[in-house]
Amino acid sequence: MTQEAATPGYDSLVLDDRVHTSLYTDPAIFEAEMDKIFNNTWVWVAHASEIPAAGNFKMSHVGRQPVIVTRGNDGRVHVLLNRCRHRAGSVCEERKGKTSVFVCRYHGWSYDITGRLRGVPHSAGCDAGFDKKDYPLVSLRVEEYAGLIFATFRNDIQPLDEYLGRAKKWIDLFMKQGAGFGVKASGAHRFRFRGNWKIQLENTTDAYHFPIVHRSFLTSLDDETEELFDVLGQGGWVEDLGNGHSVMVMIPDLIDLEANLDAPIPERFQALADELSKDHPPELVRRVVRAVGGTGFNINLFPNVACSMAFFRVLRPVAVDETEITHIAITMDGGPEAANRARLRLHEHFQGPMGFGSPDDAEGWERVQRGAASGENLWILLNRGKERDVSAETGMRAAYQMWKRIMST
Amino acid sequence: MSAAQDDRNVAPLRAIELQQAIEFIWREADLLDAQDYPSWLALWSVTGHYVIPIDRNGDDHAAHLNVVYDDHAMREARIQRLRSGLSMSASPSARTVRTVSRFRALDDVEGASVIRCAQHLVEYKYDRTRILAADVTYRLVRTDSGLILDQKVVRLINSDDALFGIGYLL
Repeated sequence: MTQEAATPGYDSLVLDDRVHTSLYTDPAIFEAEMDKIFNNTWVWVAHASEIPAAGNFKMSHVGRQPVIVTRGNDGRVHVLLNRCRHRAGSVCEERKGKTSVFVCRYHGWSYDITGRLRGVPHSAGCDAGFDKKDYPLVSLRVEEYAGLIFATFRNDIQPLDEYLGRAKKWIDLFMKQGAGFGVKASGAHRFRFRGNWKIQLENTTDAYHFPIVHRSFLTSLDDETEELFDVLGQGGWVEDLGNGHSVMVMIPDLIDLEANLDAPIPERFQALADELSKDHPPELVRRVVRAVGGTGFNINLFPNVACSMAFFRVLRPVAVDETEITHIAITMDGGPEAANRARLRLHEHFQGPMGFGSPDDAEGWERVQRGAASGENLWILLNRGKERDVSAETGMRAAYQMWKRIMST
Repeated sequence: MSAAQDDRNVAPLRAIELQQAIEFIWREADLLDAQDYPSWLALWSVTGHYVIPIDRNGDDHAAHLNVVYDDHAMREARIQRLRSGLSMSASPSARTVRTVSRFRALDDVEGASVIRCAQHLVEYKYDRTRILAADVTYRLVRTDSGLILDQKVVRLINSDDALFGIGYLL
């Protein structure tokens, strides 16, 4: 509490149309963010399909804290700090898998999939009052919406449902790309860039950069698809959804993937449609082909996940000037193999360390961080678009207003 | 030469093939460091795949998400992008120097040789030097005009960890 009194007011660093450069560069602000934001709000940790069965687990993070996301025998999801209660050794060093027990390899303490302490070697040497019940893995509060699993350290904040609020409608629309089969996480690209996490947070809701940064991607497309990705020219818009969340609609025609099923099949998916038609009825082919390229919008969910057209985009702050990004590919759970392969190839085309898009994004974000090393009293402008316009910086302003609200309390 | 009865005859024959393969692979490495991409494209068969998997195990790359899974058309598009001047991660790209060694012939059937080797690549851009190490598997095919590249699979030792934007070819 005394520390807070000593720090300058965060609200003076975020104005309606600009934020101060120190938000990208000040290590003290970064430390405060890790506590005030990531330890005190809902943070995305997994998609349900990553841990489909009892005993499945994956490693994740809440802010900088490593956690294990597990599914118990009753199907319930648990989010546990990856830290033995004895002397802090990690209990899991596999990125994902299946197990019934987590063992600290230092002194052999073992925990079940829900985090309960089950075994303590040579327990006769413990104090008389030692009770295993008192030392489970630290467990976070967990809630789920449409397969998106979030965790928080706080038992007294609003339910996830309420926190997502108006974003839920868009999440429902996003999940329609499961084409009736359901959305399945199917592999991921991970990469780091030397820049502040909020540069990536902004980027998800930044259509303005698309035709500039991604020109080399656009020129690699056939004419019809290039026209589709003319994201500034299709009457899209950005909407503040509350609590720092926003949606950026780039291709209005691809908002509802269950509508317009009679529309002509795009040239780029004709071969796929022909292949699917050999084994599947026309209605299913239409539904799958309509959904196979993903949606036409990005949902930015404060602070660390986005449902971005055809994939999940997750950010993880590492340091004030380093961020890790995960792009999780999506397939149709049990859907036609040819269509799922097409989705993987589309994902590889743009995303990842050698995609036709992501490396240019990462380069751009690093240049922002490099540029922000000068002019320490200057501001970052977020003033575009008072009107309905897809290149409006409305989503960024929404995120920073949330940042201000949390950081000022 | 048909079914040599004497194993002693086999060894020198394979050794010569390996040497040819090594020369081919070294030339390919040199072309990539020099970013002579049109010459690199010309090394390939039209049906060949250039793959950088995320999962180091397994060979069914098409069924999984990869860092790169390029057929001929994607290779051409990738080269066009790298040379276009429109990609800020590739213009300028990092400078690279790579060494390829530890060659081992794994298989030799129907005019195709499979060679596995180690690659150490050092890249430099801005104020940073980084290293990428990989096991690389080549499938080379003999034609009348010499060897051509039919498959290249680059298995980075950290392929399933966080990488970074790569504006050149591995």
